[in-house]
Amino acid sequence: MWVRAVWLGLRASAGGRRGFSSKADPQGSRRVTAELIEHLERLALVDFGSQEAVARLEKAIAFADRLRAVDTDGVEPMESVLEDRCLYLRSDNVVEGNCAEELLQNSHRVVEEYFVAPPGMCCPKWLNRLSHSKLRMQ
Amino acid sequence: MATPVLRWCCLGRRCVFAGIGGGSRRGRGVPTGSTSSEKRGQSSVAQQPLITAQKPRKGEREWAAVVGLEIHAQIASNSKLFSGSQVDFAAPPNSLVSFFDASLPGTLPVLNRRCVEAAVMTGLALDCHINRRSLFDRKHYFYADLPAGYQITQQRLPIAVNGRLAYSICVGKRRSQMVTRTAGVKQIQLEQDSGKSLHDSLRSQTLIDLNRAGVGLLEVVLEPDMSCGEEAAAAVRELQLILQALGTSQANMAEGQLRVDANISVHHPGEPLGIRTEVKNLNSARFLAKAIDCEIQRQISELENGGKILNETRSFDYKLGCTVPMRDKEGKQDYRFMPEPNLPPLLLYDSRSLPIGTDPQQVIDIDRIRERLPELPRVTREKLVQQYGMLPEHSFALLNEVGLLEFFQNVIKETRAEPKKVTSWVLNTLLGFLKQQNLAVSESPVTPSALAELLDLLDRKAISSSAAKQVFEELWRSKGKTPAQMVAEKKLELMQDAEALEQLCRSTLEAHPQVVTDVKKGNPRAINKLIGLVRRATLGRADPTAIKEVLERQLSS
Repeated sequence: MWVRAVWLGLRASAGGRRGFSSKADPQGSRRVTAELIEHLERLALVDFGSQEAVARLEKAIAFADRLRAVDTDGVEPMESVLEDRCLYLRSDNVVEGNCAEELLQNSHRVVEEYFVAPPGMCCPKWLNRLSHSKLRMQ
Repeated sequence: MATPVLRWCCLGRRCVFAGIGGGSRRGRGVPTGSTSSEKRGQSSVAQQPLITAQKPRKGEREWAAVVGLEIHAQIASNSKLFSGSQVDFAAPPNSLVSFFDASLPGTLPVLNRRCVEAAVMTGLALDCHINRRSLFDRKHYFYADLPAGYQITQQRLPIAVNGRLAYSICVGKRRSQMVTRTAGVKQIQLEQDSGKSLHDSLRSQTLIDLNRAGVGLLEVVLEPDMSCGEEAAAAVRELQLILQALGTSQANMAEGQLRVDANISVHHPGEPLGIRTEVKNLNSARFLAKAIDCEIQRQISELENGGKILNETRSFDYKLGCTVPMRDKEGKQDYRFMPEPNLPPLLLYDSRSLPIGTDPQQVIDIDRIRERLPELPRVTREKLVQQYGMLPEHSFALLNEVGLLEFFQNVIKETRAEPKKVTSWVLNTLLGFLKQQNLAVSESPVTPSALAELLDLLDRKAISSSAAKQVFEELWRSKGKTPAQMVAEKKLELMQDAEALEQLCRSTLEAHPQVVTDVKKGNPRAINKLIGLVRRATLGRADPTAIKEVLERQLSS
């Protein structure tokens, strides 16, 4: 797979890139392996179509890793910036709906008043490309 | 449909499963045919029926099963959990969908107050601790009926935790004794329902209807405290009755308002728990127990044949009568849970912590909800037992049928007959007729008033019990006449003339001297013959007990 090729390339070349990766390593960040990319592509339906995309991911991880420099022992994690806000409660009345025609206009394919699901329910065609690439590498 | 023979029983405190124990494997003489070495590794479900043994045979090890349940109940509310579109079962496709439900950009979730109240009521009814602060999360997965690509649920901190569900099952040799079991309630959480996908096999495509997308669900997670299909079904039934009594869900399984997933594993008692499988698509009350027992049986067979249980998700195939692996699961699902960024924490209050000067519409008081909780089925049953002296089994039967309790109470109101008599007539006669013709209580041709009148006649000894049964049958078949009218028409009144009865008895005794001698000899059955003869002579219009009394008096003189 071409991602493996990226890593092979990295190991071969000395210098900046390598140094960049190893700085992140002692702090315990995960290596961006081929398996991880494939896993993420399936989970998030994001196409890591190029070497630059993986590089961007590595940079993002390294950037976020700087958080580890902060000592958060005994500090409650903040999960939401809305924590002081009141959660608004709506009355149980019917005020929306009845706009099937409008909603169906958004759909590529429609049968009577149903949306037609994409084939495979969620799997875009490019996801199958991965297995083909693996075969080619061998 | 292949029905595997169940070789276990719910004895005492837990269900004990007898292993199959193949003859070939253990060197026993009797060939069973079902566990030959070729079947190793196959999960054989359709076993040849073995001679049912209640206790495990000598040399075989017991199996114990562990069953936990995840129950999804659709909340009975007018609008959805986070949007103002309507909740309805049957409506034109995609007509009950708002922009938020369709996951159009720029829309935000707005929590429905009624759904929160429903969750709190259910939590209180199940003795849960209500979390004063609970959080909403996103559970991500891709599927065409989930337009947003995630479901809003409560994974980190649900609204209610640590409760109890008490249910009863019949035990004993004749299944006549009712015992109470308890299943722990791990948590109750609020979450969104997904849309519906329909398969158009004609054109090989899947059609999506989002009417159900966004409807509020209560997920009730029961701890793995159950040990067989029967216990699980009883627990689900009791939860159904509770939800219906509270009004928080109609809990109708046939309409998809109550869905059950089971987590099942088996192990030898004393050893650690086994690998569990999740069985989905248990949406029929009838097949719930069967499906769970079937999966237990499959796991036992698999393990006894030297196989392993995979931690997988399976589906119950109604046609095959067994569980099958679900195709579209490769590896463990990673839902990438994250806090729902558009919803602050949900805060609930009680009478002590209630903030003053706030809009009551915006504040939920748990104590107020607790005060207004409707009567739970358990309490209703206890009252019936105390007030009318009926057996617990009868109270269960009365609550088990829609409308039957109301019918019973209406009869009690109008009749002077003993409650025990009313109970017997409602549960045996009325229910028997209803079941025979597959009718609901609301469709009964006999009204509570009619039955009350009939029981009054019986109580006054105006008619005999066999005559009463006849009248009941007539009332069932033809409407428009009252019991009194029917009795008069068919001349079913009991003989009130004592003198005439004495005369008849005397003449019968004279006509059958041989039988009289038998009685005097001490033959206990002879008197019944005499009673029968007198009854026939009176055309069934005399009470057998009265006849017996007169005869015995005449014989002894």
